[in-house]
This record gives sequence, C-alpha cells and structure tokens, in this order.
Amino acid sequence: MDNIVKITVIDRQGTPHELEAPTDMNMNMMELCKSYELPVEGTCGGMAMCASCHLYVVSEHPILERNDDEEAMLDQAFFVKPNSRLGCQIPITNDLDGLRVQLAEVGQ
Amino acid sequence: MIETDILIIGAGPCGLFTVFEAGLLKLRCHLVDALPQPGGQLTEIYPKKPIYDIPGFPEVLAGDLIEHLMKQAEPFKPGFTLGERAEKLEKTEDGKFLLTTSRGTVHKAPVVAIAGGLGCFEPRKPPIANISDFEDKGIEYIVRDPNFYKGKRVVISGGGDSALDWTNYLANGVAAEVSLVHRSKSFRGHPDSVQKVLDMAAAGKIKLYTDAEVTGVGGNGVLKDITLQHTDASTTNIATDHWLPLFGLSPKLGPLAEWGLNIDKNSIEVNTFDYSTNVDGVYAIGDINTYPGKLKLILCGFHEATLMVQSAFKRIYPDKNYVLKYTTVNGVTGF
Repeated sequence: MDNIVKITVIDRQGTPHELEAPTDMNMNMMELCKSYELPVEGTCGGMAMCASCHLYVVSEHPILERNDDEEAMLDQAFFVKPNSRLGCQIPITNDLDGLRVQLAEVGQ
Repeated sequence: MIETDILIIGAGPCGLFTVFEAGLLKLRCHLVDALPQPGGQLTEIYPKKPIYDIPGFPEVLAGDLIEHLMKQAEPFKPGFTLGERAEKLEKTEDGKFLLTTSRGTVHKAPVVAIAGGLGCFEPRKPPIANISDFEDKGIEYIVRDPNFYKGKRVVISGGGDSALDWTNYLANGVAAEVSLVHRSKSFRGHPDSVQKVLDMAAAGKIKLYTDAEVTGVGGNGVLKDITLQHTDASTTNIATDHWLPLFGLSPKLGPLAEWGLNIDKNSIEVNTFDYSTNVDGVYAIGDINTYPGKLKLILCGFHEATLMVQSAFKRIYPDKNYVLKYTTVNGVTGF
C-alpha cells in the first residue's frame, strides 16, 4: 500500500507488535506507539524533554542522527544503550519499512 | 491559615486563567504549586518554545503566554504558595477543605480546583533497587544547602548544568573530595562550566569518571560507598559520604493520587458538565483530567476552567442567581 510502512515494536514484556504506520501524516515513533495504545506516555508531547518514549532501534535502518536536544535528554535518562533513541525524534518515513524497535524500561 | 474561595492546585496556564474567570464572578483564588515560579511546564520545561494554537495569538512563546496570563489575573489579586507540594486534602465539618503542603502551610476553601497538569515535578531517580534505603542518608537528589557538604566526600552524577555547577561549587573549598560521574564523554552544560570541570579534573582537583554509571550503593544505615560500572563492564568502588544523582526533573502524579479521586491512567476522571470529580467540591481541569474525547490542549483547559468556576459559584452561593456578563460591556473590576 502507498504511504504505509510496516514497523515492529517490541513491548517491555518482549511481545512484538506489527504496526502499519502512515508516512504521510507527519507522525513520529512516539505518536505511532500511542496511536496503537502501546504503553508509551509521550509526556512532553514530543519535545525531547521527558524520555518517556525511550526505545532501542534493533534493526539496521538509516535513521536521522540524534540531535542536540535528544542527546541532552538521553544524558538524563536511564537504561541508555548505544542504540537508544527517543521515539518522538524519529519521523516515520518510507525508508523505515521493516524497522524493529524495542521499548526501553521506564525508571521510577 | 490561608483562606480563599477557590483553592487552585497548580499554577500553570489553566490555574492562572481560573483566577480571571473566578474573579469575574467575585470569587477569590489562591494557587499552590510545587515549583518555585508560576507557569507550570511552560516556564519550567519550555519557556522559549513557540505555541501556535492559542486563539488570537498566531504565535506566542510559552513564557510570554504565562506573563500575559499573570497580567490578566492581576486585578483579582491571586495568592500564591510556591515551592510547596500539595500533600494532604481533608474535609472539614463545615463542608470545606483543608489542604496542607509539604512545608506544612495550611489552606482552607469551599472549593478545590486541581489544575495540576502532568503532576508535580520530582527528581529523576536512578534505577537502583536499594536507592531508597539511603535517601537523605547520604543520597540527595537536590542540593538544598551546599554547606551541608563541608569537609565531606561527594560523588555527583549527571552531565547537565546542575551536575557541572555543583561540581564547580563544591570542589572549591566546600567538600573535601569531589568526584563527577557521567555516562558519556561529552557534557551538554554551559561551555564555561564544562571547561572549568575539565580543567579541575586535569589539575587533579576533582576526580572525573566518564563513560561510567553508578549502578550500586552500599552502606549500613548511611551511605558508605557506591559502585561505578564502566562502559567496558568493569567496576570501581568509591568510598563516599554523599552521592548526588542530578538527572533533572520528571512529572509524577504525587500525593493527590491518594485523595480518593477516581483516577484513570494518571488522569482524574471528571464530569464534563462542570469538570467536577467524584469528590463533591473538588474539580479537575486541564491536562490532569480525563473524559471521553479529552484533548490535552491549553485552549481546552481554558474552556474547562470557565465552566468550572460557574459550578463553583453555585456551590459557594447556592441561593444567589447569576447571569453571565460580558467583559466588553462591564469591563473588568478587580478586588
């Protein structure tokens, strides 16, 4: 289908969810997870200021590099790994078809 | 004791606009907020970010919007209890409410409006199982009084401004020994403070551990040591008197979760007729409430505040009749 990519989100219990993500709705990974009612808070609304959409990119996909805001926020987050990203800073584009991500644990 | 008509918990945009709408009905308001300044997340998190969906403002900076709201509320002389968290809510025999804050300030009002947004901002706590055993017994998330660390060994964690600033401050004649631990090699604080810290590390004035994280804490009643885990999986033990994990703030629903309100997914359920909660006399407006079709938008919060004060008026003055008046016709008469 046009303007739809398939993205797999692995939840915190390890269960994979295959989601159909529109690429023409100006959405990001945080919003995609929320729209499928996956347990992602998105507290700050997508300003890279809360890390509640922290996830790990599991597959090899060309994703925009972290910007300064995202780096700064990840500095203050926990359970951070080299493949950590904030979902709200990953726009959903056609080249993300087949992307696999895993939701990171949330701290206290 | 502070007495008022409507006690507003949360001094964000919604709470501030409530003051104006209540004032038009001759109701006085007092606001309580855990943050030291009014504005909620707009001033705490994103004061310099533009907002585009406030009717009549094609673009307004969050901080400026709060200034405007403060000005709009000003004629109605709102009271403020800032830097204190709303802790305990009790009902009195005369049908009013007593609200006590974290610092023991008591407020009394016939109506309580919870405009708490995301909740109260609390320090982010590292995920270490026994961390709570040492809170205020060597582990502090906020530096309240730097002299408390005089002559002590202190480990600071974090890579932002507050970690850097306190490292600079405590290492200059206050603490006996300061170590700074940061997960990566680069620091995101003010370039000046970063340079100072790097210079002090090079001069041996502080110990700097980068690519490392504190993963364990130990002691016997009080903190005695911490364990660092380095990126290469090796560990280091550091004997210390204090550990200051400075990882910023994140919002938590906090004590109001215990007030007997119906809560669904961290939000307070309300009746959209007047944004009342299941507790008679307690209302919830703005981002903190939920109802079918809820949108977490400032403009929706303004609407909720406006309807809520009408209901509050009827509760406070059940025998008075009221007709909606227009500010354009009547102007704004303050207190």
